[in-house]
Amino acid sequence: MNRLTPYFFLAPAAAILGIALLYPIGYMIYASFLDWNPSQRIGEADWVGLGNYLKLLHDDAFRESVWVTIRFASIVVTLEMILGVGLALLLDRNLRGMSVLRTIFILPMMIAPIVVGLMWRYMYHPQVGIFNRILKSLGFDPIPFLSEPHWAFASVIISDVWQWTPFIFILSLAALQSLPKSAIEAARIDGASAWQQILYIKLPLMMPVLIVTVLLRLIDAFKVLEVILVLTNGGPGLSTEVLALHISRTASEFRELGEAAAMSNVLLILLMLLTALMFAYTKWQEKRSLRLLEARKEEL
Amino acid sequence: MPRPASARSNLAFYPLIVLLIFMSAGPIALMLMTSLRLNVDITSPTASFLFTPTLRNYETTLCGLLWYKPAHVDYCNPMFGRALVNSLIVAISSTALTLVIGCMAAYSLVRFRFFGRDVVSLTTLMMRMVPPAVLLVPVFGIWTFQFGISGTLGGIILIYTAMNLPFVIWILQSFIVQIPIQLEEAARMDGAGPFRVFFLVVLPLIKPGLAAAAIFTFRIAWNEFLLANALSDRNTRTVPVTIVNSLSELGIDWGVLMATGMLLAIPPILFTFFAARQIITGMTAGAVKG
Repeated sequence: MNRLTPYFFLAPAAAILGIALLYPIGYMIYASFLDWNPSQRIGEADWVGLGNYLKLLHDDAFRESVWVTIRFASIVVTLEMILGVGLALLLDRNLRGMSVLRTIFILPMMIAPIVVGLMWRYMYHPQVGIFNRILKSLGFDPIPFLSEPHWAFASVIISDVWQWTPFIFILSLAALQSLPKSAIEAARIDGASAWQQILYIKLPLMMPVLIVTVLLRLIDAFKVLEVILVLTNGGPGLSTEVLALHISRTASEFRELGEAAAMSNVLLILLMLLTALMFAYTKWQEKRSLRLLEARKEEL
Repeated sequence: MPRPASARSNLAFYPLIVLLIFMSAGPIALMLMTSLRLNVDITSPTASFLFTPTLRNYETTLCGLLWYKPAHVDYCNPMFGRALVNSLIVAISSTALTLVIGCMAAYSLVRFRFFGRDVVSLTTLMMRMVPPAVLLVPVFGIWTFQFGISGTLGGIILIYTAMNLPFVIWILQSFIVQIPIQLEEAARMDGAGPFRVFFLVVLPLIKPGLAAAAIFTFRIAWNEFLLANALSDRNTRTVPVTIVNSLSELGIDWGVLMATGMLLAIPPILFTFFAARQIITGMTAGAVKG
């Protein structure tokens, strides 16, 4: 009994993770070498080796979607970092109402991405949408928010910035408030201006948290699907078709499961690289702070 | 040391805070208002902010579940009501399963030291990054052809449980580590077996962690669309799936759609207002500790 107890506690989790997560991922890697459509059992599908991956190399739609994803992720994360960290630096003081702001700020992240897409689709609507209504009442021409490629890309970015800037704000505010007060106090006594405090004290001290935040957001931005699906479904043309959306359409509309699996593998490898980078960074950071701590002890 | 100068300069930030609250809550408030309007009001070019709110859209949405027949509904589409029930079943049972299983696993990982914490947090991170889009193809194939559970609620519950387990194990671990081992040893001295120690000593002590984990799991299971879409049939659709389906129809009924969206948004909104602190803790822990 005693020796088996830990295994008993662990068994259900291990079984579920094995059956429903690891097995499917292994299955996907295998399926990416097959020419497979949804009406076939996997055993009936033909082995095509690296065929699917070779096809991807020449597939313009796939390359376009990778490019759209990279552009989307980098623009979105840059904007959100600037806005989120900027706001955190501005509002890091004793203000009443901050807890209300923080609570309201979580809302966009908590409600379903499908609903976020729905709200923005309504607001971008050419006739009933609030933006075009305001424009019209001011005497301007309506803007084709979702029906013109460049505007559609911008609209998708705006809604993502609305949804996720609060995440960065909350994290950087938490980081700011845990900074050592003594360092900032010392800088102030030495006559550092507010800008100098931010540039030379606060930002460098926040850097570890900021880098992890960027990587976390990048990982999430590469996974975005539902909001864009509701807003534009990848259109007009391929202008907003991110990789995750392209995978789901390849599987459900074009019924090319093998190719979709190959694309999934590419996305997975990309994300794995980002995650490994993040893990390596946190480990390195921990080691460094440990070393600094020991060095300080020796000085004393 | 109160300084009047800084208090006065702080005053300038209140408009900014009000503006941010407005920008953040505005779209949600707009959805709520639209869901309370008649379609005539929504589409008329002279629509104003003043209107008489009505619950008709909600009655249309929920007509399958109401005990009376709303007068304005000619044909009752039971799909939304059924989807709401499905969503509740899926979200609640997968949350309960994930918590029980995750709790046990986290406990044994901490107390019996299988691997170091590094291994666990690395796998958690790896699993956290697997997007549902990547699971789409294999899960569809396996659930349909091998397990034969495609189209059942059980199939959806299984994949949600698996998706949420790594995060739950990881976050509960960080709470269990903080429990002093002496408490458990004392209970064991008094003759309690490992299961009684777990249920009567450990579980009550990690309630805050359980709350945070429950909110995060429920939210993901309640909001998820892609896998539910692939794994459900006509009778087992969840609310997100019905919303997306009704978007592809011609002539979108904005009032009813917004009412459905609102119903889907209400549980997460309630959680936010009642447990903002736990949510923020979960969020920052996920980022800051890696």
